Amino acid sequence: MKYFRLIWKNAWRKKIRTSLTILSVFVAFLLFALLSGIGYAFRGGVDVADAERLIIIDKISLINPLPMSYMSRVAATDGVESVTHASWFGGYYQEPRNQFGQFPVDPQSYFDMYPEFNMPAEQLEAFKRNRTGAVVGKELADTYGWKVGDRIPLQATIWTKADGSRTWEFDLEGIFSADDARGSTALMLFQYDYFEEARAFAKGTVGWYILRVAKGADPVRVANAIDLQFANSPNETKTSTEAAFAQSFTKQFGNIALIVTLILGAVFFTLLLVSGNTMSQSVRERISELAVLKTLGFGDRTVLGIVLSESILIMLLGGLLGLGLGWLIVQGLAKEMGAFLPGVFLSPAAIAGGVAMMIVAGILAGIFPALKAMRLSIIEALARA
Amino acid sequence: MRGLRQIFAVTWLNLRNLPQRAGSSVVAVIGVASVVLVFAAVLSMAKGFERTLISAGSDDTAIIMRSGSTSELNSGISNDQALIIANSSGVLKDGDTAVMSAELYVIVDLKKKSSKTDANVPFRGVQPGAFAVRNGVTLVEGRMFETGKNEIIVGRAAQQEFEGLNTGSTMRFGQTEWRIVGAFEANGGVSESELWTDVITLQNAYRRGNSFQSVRVRLQSTGSLQELRDSLEADPRIDPDVMSEKEYYSSQAAPLSRFIKLIGYPLTILMSIGAVFGALNSMYSSVSVRGKEIATLRALGFGPISILFSTMIESTLLALAGGVLGGILAYLVFNGFQVSTLGASFSQVVFDFAVTPDLLVDGLYAALIIGAFGGLFPAIRAARLPVAQALREL
Amino acid sequence: MSEILARLQGVSRIYQKGKEKVEVLHELNLEIPKGDFIAIMGPSGSGKTTLLNLLGGLDKPTAGTVNVGGAELSSMSNSQLSHWRSTNVGFIFQFYNLLPVLTALRNVELPLLLTNFNSRERVRRASIALDIVGLADRAKHYPRELSGGQEQRVAIARAIVSDPSLLLCDEPTGDLDRETADEILRLLQVLNREHGKTIVMVTHDAQAADYANRTLHCDKGTLEAREAA
Repeated sequence: MKYFRLIWKNAWRKKIRTSLTILSVFVAFLLFALLSGIGYAFRGGVDVADAERLIIIDKISLINPLPMSYMSRVAATDGVESVTHASWFGGYYQEPRNQFGQFPVDPQSYFDMYPEFNMPAEQLEAFKRNRTGAVVGKELADTYGWKVGDRIPLQATIWTKADGSRTWEFDLEGIFSADDARGSTALMLFQYDYFEEARAFAKGTVGWYILRVAKGADPVRVANAIDLQFANSPNETKTSTEAAFAQSFTKQFGNIALIVTLILGAVFFTLLLVSGNTMSQSVRERISELAVLKTLGFGDRTVLGIVLSESILIMLLGGLLGLGLGWLIVQGLAKEMGAFLPGVFLSPAAIAGGVAMMIVAGILAGIFPALKAMRLSIIEALARA
Repeated sequence: MRGLRQIFAVTWLNLRNLPQRAGSSVVAVIGVASVVLVFAAVLSMAKGFERTLISAGSDDTAIIMRSGSTSELNSGISNDQALIIANSSGVLKDGDTAVMSAELYVIVDLKKKSSKTDANVPFRGVQPGAFAVRNGVTLVEGRMFETGKNEIIVGRAAQQEFEGLNTGSTMRFGQTEWRIVGAFEANGGVSESELWTDVITLQNAYRRGNSFQSVRVRLQSTGSLQELRDSLEADPRIDPDVMSEKEYYSSQAAPLSRFIKLIGYPLTILMSIGAVFGALNSMYSSVSVRGKEIATLRALGFGPISILFSTMIESTLLALAGGVLGGILAYLVFNGFQVSTLGASFSQVVFDFAVTPDLLVDGLYAALIIGAFGGLFPAIRAARLPVAQALREL
Repeated sequence: MSEILARLQGVSRIYQKGKEKVEVLHELNLEIPKGDFIAIMGPSGSGKTTLLNLLGGLDKPTAGTVNVGGAELSSMSNSQLSHWRSTNVGFIFQFYNLLPVLTALRNVELPLLLTNFNSRERVRRASIALDIVGLADRAKHYPRELSGGQEQRVAIARAIVSDPSLLLCDEPTGDLDRETADEILRLLQVLNREHGKTIVMVTHDAQAADYANRTLHCDKGTLEAREAA
């Protein structure tokens, strides 16, 4: 734009004032990036949930186990392509605060159910062959520095072994990664057979089932069909899509999204005040210059545009810097917090939203001064000077 | 003394023409107010949560779980073990019976009134001693449940937060129907987020045989905790973790409370930095607007120190005004606001935001610091304004 | 008889000041031939600045018509007037009114931003204008780095850069010392005699008026010619 030089130079007419305003914008958008990134984790992987996977849990409570016998009955239900299961181990590694997802599973069918997990074929084979084998996600391996071949002990808090001890040892046979950066790999998987054999109680049960809906089948109908099958039995089921299941957790946090929105609202309100004040001072100082532009033939609307562009420019300068730094920090946070709050991520949607907000904020902050500039009477402005 | 009088005079002059610089001043005040508001809001969440959890715990009550359990849900105590505990030294006795309650809880799904979404709520089976081992739990509505019947009493906070818990109504969990016969209060402590019934009834309904998860006992005296611990740890038939209830709840509160603080403090610091930039902006603009006045004062003989101090004072007062404003807003809007969130063990804890005096004072400190930083450099610039040039330019 | 560039017929300008109506110009008639250089003198409040504003399309008459270069200014909309000004008029003010954030060259370039010329062409034309006023070596200086006379010359370069036929000057030497004023006035003469610009100059300095071809006196809203002694 040929007016860019004019807009740029005007924006910097008072260097300190502009720098401080840009810094304020920078802080606001840095906060935005950080809160978005962390807020994303609270959505619990809702965005990566597979639309064709359903989760079956005990209707009364998530923590009630389901009978193993349900597996074949679920598999035989119309519309179900494949089934697998998992259970909650809930132990810790070395210290009680090192907790992460640990699931006894059936290796082959679990990895079939979650094709987004990638692991070299030979590692999967080794896992299948070793009863006390385990595989972990890359995030977890990075956090604790584990390598294939390591021996990893877990302390059980729920599952005492039949022999009375609570230490379960596993051989690390593989490390898997997720296709999508957003999918969490802060998981450890081991053999259900070993779990079933060695645990002291609740034998013959699993924590939950995961099934894949056949192509063309309606997930809702399949879910209802399954729940109907087990209605009025001692273990009634509740089947829901993976997304709904993930959401049911995040909803329990009592509307983190609302809190984040309120905080960001306060931040942006203040930001608009600061920028609005800057813009209005900036325009007030150069009424006569704006009048001169008009005498030169710059139209009223052009002058409006020039002032608005200045406001937007300041927002973009500070905002893009803030988003940029925020993005870097979120990357770091994701690594650090990966084990206990997985899924910290600054999504493209959030970034796009941030940029849109910069533009909107620029317009809002600059609109009144810009209108004033547009409407000023040349003669009066020059006479006053 | 002359210096002090000068400072006073210039400051007074400053403040008197503040209305001329209303725009910038208002911006500074609101900037600081929003920092204090957010700070108070976020930390009052942590305080409220802590208060709910910790106030619940008593020093005179010990809670015994299986060793290594990180919470009641993960623990398991057999009936035999419960009897051993009942007969241990250190346990308060009421005549011949130990003042204790062996308990077990499950998680049930209830709908939140506010968002209509599902939430996990603790459904606890207790023994008759449940009221006695806890501080301040009283039945406030209806009556106590009868043993052997599917009857429930609900905590007051749970009743307010979740649907369908009015006294007299019926709840269905799985295949069993339960009747709500009363409500209890516990000083706002964590028990108020729970549903209680007779432990044997619960064991039967959920086929837990006769096992428990935890045992609470009243101690003979606060000092008897160690005695109890020694006695139980020496017994080979039981492998316990023995701690005071207060300690237990503190450890439960710790993760969420720490998390909120982990988010809250950096958030506040970042916002404060933003507020400092805003305050600096306002103060620089204030100094430049006052240029002529400052130059005139200097020409009249007022020393640079008086100019410096008066500017700093202006900045600090504006920030304090913002701090007070933010604190008042926080108190009015957030204090007592009830919310529930996922506590430890996958279950809901209902708590109030607690905007406490010490939080407000902390907020004022933050405001003061912002004011000081926001005023320092502009104040130096004002004091060093080249007088002759300033007078000439105007 | 040379072509008439600007014609005012029956022009009145009345301002509303609260309850009072102030008549600044009263049924004024004026014809300005192309290539003329006229000075307009008169006491404060006599309406001479208003006259200039009307000629430049900055203001509209309450009655009468203003015709400049064939364009009927009194019936044009604001945006039409803006557009017309950019190619037909150049203004020169007492206080220069340069943009402090731009260099001399970029100040001169400003009117060209409203055209379709590309960047190189704009810079070329601006440089030529600066050259005409003798300030080619100051192209990269900011207004604060220039003397009063130099600033006014930059302003003049800006006024001629889009090659308008009419230059309107409001007290162009009001803020300058005698010597510098004379330089500026000589420059205006050059623009008039060698480049054919029609110039209308409002001034209260009789010596400045001498540089013009003829002087008109504006008093109480009317004009009359008065021969210089």
